[in-house]
Amino acid sequence: MSKNCNLQGMMKAVVSLEELKKSPGYPSEERFKRGPVPVIECVEDIPCNPCELACDRNLISVGKPITNLPRLVDPDALCGGCNKCIIVCPGLVIFIVDKTYSDTEASITLPYEFKPLPKIGDKIMGLNRTGEIVCKGTVHKVQTHKSFNHTNIVTIIVPKEFADDVRFFKAR
Amino acid sequence: MKTELTVIGAGPAGLCASIEAAKNGVDVTIIDENRKPGGQLFKQIHRFFGEKEHLAGVRGIEIGNMLLEDAQKYGVKVLLNTIVWGLFPDLKLGISNGNSVNILETQNIVIATGAAEKPLSFPGWTLPNIMVAGAAQTMVNVNRVLPGNRVLIVGSGNVGLIVAYQLSQAGAEVIALVEALPKVSGWQVHALKIMRMGIPVLTSHTITEAEGKSYVERVEIAKLDENNRIIEGSETKVNVDLVCIAVGLRPLAELCWMAGLRFEYIPELGGFIPLHDENMETSIKGIYVAGDVAGIEEASSAMEEGKLAGIAASVSQGKTDKKKAERDILETKERLRSLRLGTYGDYRYNAKEKIIRKFHEL
Repeated sequence: MSKNCNLQGMMKAVVSLEELKKSPGYPSEERFKRGPVPVIECVEDIPCNPCELACDRNLISVGKPITNLPRLVDPDALCGGCNKCIIVCPGLVIFIVDKTYSDTEASITLPYEFKPLPKIGDKIMGLNRTGEIVCKGTVHKVQTHKSFNHTNIVTIIVPKEFADDVRFFKAR
Repeated sequence: MKTELTVIGAGPAGLCASIEAAKNGVDVTIIDENRKPGGQLFKQIHRFFGEKEHLAGVRGIEIGNMLLEDAQKYGVKVLLNTIVWGLFPDLKLGISNGNSVNILETQNIVIATGAAEKPLSFPGWTLPNIMVAGAAQTMVNVNRVLPGNRVLIVGSGNVGLIVAYQLSQAGAEVIALVEALPKVSGWQVHALKIMRMGIPVLTSHTITEAEGKSYVERVEIAKLDENNRIIEGSETKVNVDLVCIAVGLRPLAELCWMAGLRFEYIPELGGFIPLHDENMETSIKGIYVAGDVAGIEEASSAMEEGKLAGIAASVSQGKTDKKKAERDILETKERLRSLRLGTYGDYRYNAKEKIIRKFHEL
């Protein structure tokens, strides 16, 4: 395991947070203040658009050409938290982040395709985009259904300052 | 034995060609050397990209089941465990199922034999449990056998990235993925999903050696400089029990060569590619190609090319009216065009256009 950590230190990120924040699928700080919102970390011109059709509130637009990056449409429209966009994204890069979860914490809802599923209340460590441990957290919600077609939905709670960094977790 | 259309290879391209032709009333026989049809679809447990019309968001394994249902519905005859060992000038095929050898007479042929993974040689590369990534993917996703617990993946194309994810799903620990180029060559989204789990994706790194008594037990990886030379002192030994090689694919075009089709070297599509027209017909009238054998792409494009070949074969059999065929061809080409857009699509579109241009220069 220690070997693994050494190797991890040698890794370069494929996309920086700064780059992501400039992309049209990353919500502004103002938008984050209004409650849960999809964070779409899709920054390559891949011809793909299931996210656009998934959102009942038409919050996500790809349009034509289909290589457009997914864009959050109306900065004021509210996300209903149905998680459909998370499930349909073949790239598994849509997260629903709620920076208003509490004064000090944010919730991060993410796709999870591993067994066993975590349990509500599990203590976890939040991992960033390159798999480094950045904070502690807890599992808040675990959703699974036949219609999700093996992409389960897990919501974790982490300190608010890590809401832009944590994108996965492991058991503590 | 006689049939109107013979399709060789029951992967996504071959199945779509068969279904399209059978829908139009063509008598179709599809032949595959494996014991199950579906090609690589049944090991693709991930969701496909694209538009709704391309079945985006649907997993490969489900698409495989849908195609098999359609093939059955439209009366496609399926010959499994059967190899095509010969393709003769008058559209006669030599086939064998291990018990008997037969000659199949046919009027049209779609060659949809797919691709093979490229090997990579290094000291120790012949040790057991060093395999191409697709083999590990078949073992784990189709046969439900985990071939190793501590894995090194070599190559950061989509195959390497996806297999790293899927081996992790099956419970293996992916120790690292090495890529000789300075940047990940597959899609960022596939890299992101394994990196956030803590799998080290090491660019400018390669495997230099594998060791072990009766199977691979240890590998040495090293960093490369900008001239692709190993940086001395950067070597690290890592304990692994499985190495997956994912360094690209080449068309499985042996039957195309045997038939005497005209080829062109198109490196961006994986090597020597049989020339074909806009509807996939090759330099020999009545022989069509579709899918990876006609240039390495992915399953969604293979399906659309298969449909094109199936429609074209139906026209040649006089089984579909011209208006309908024209409309079907147009729609298929539009779907195909939209799959070949963007950074990872434009170069494929241009290379495919080059194939068609070279065909018309013949």
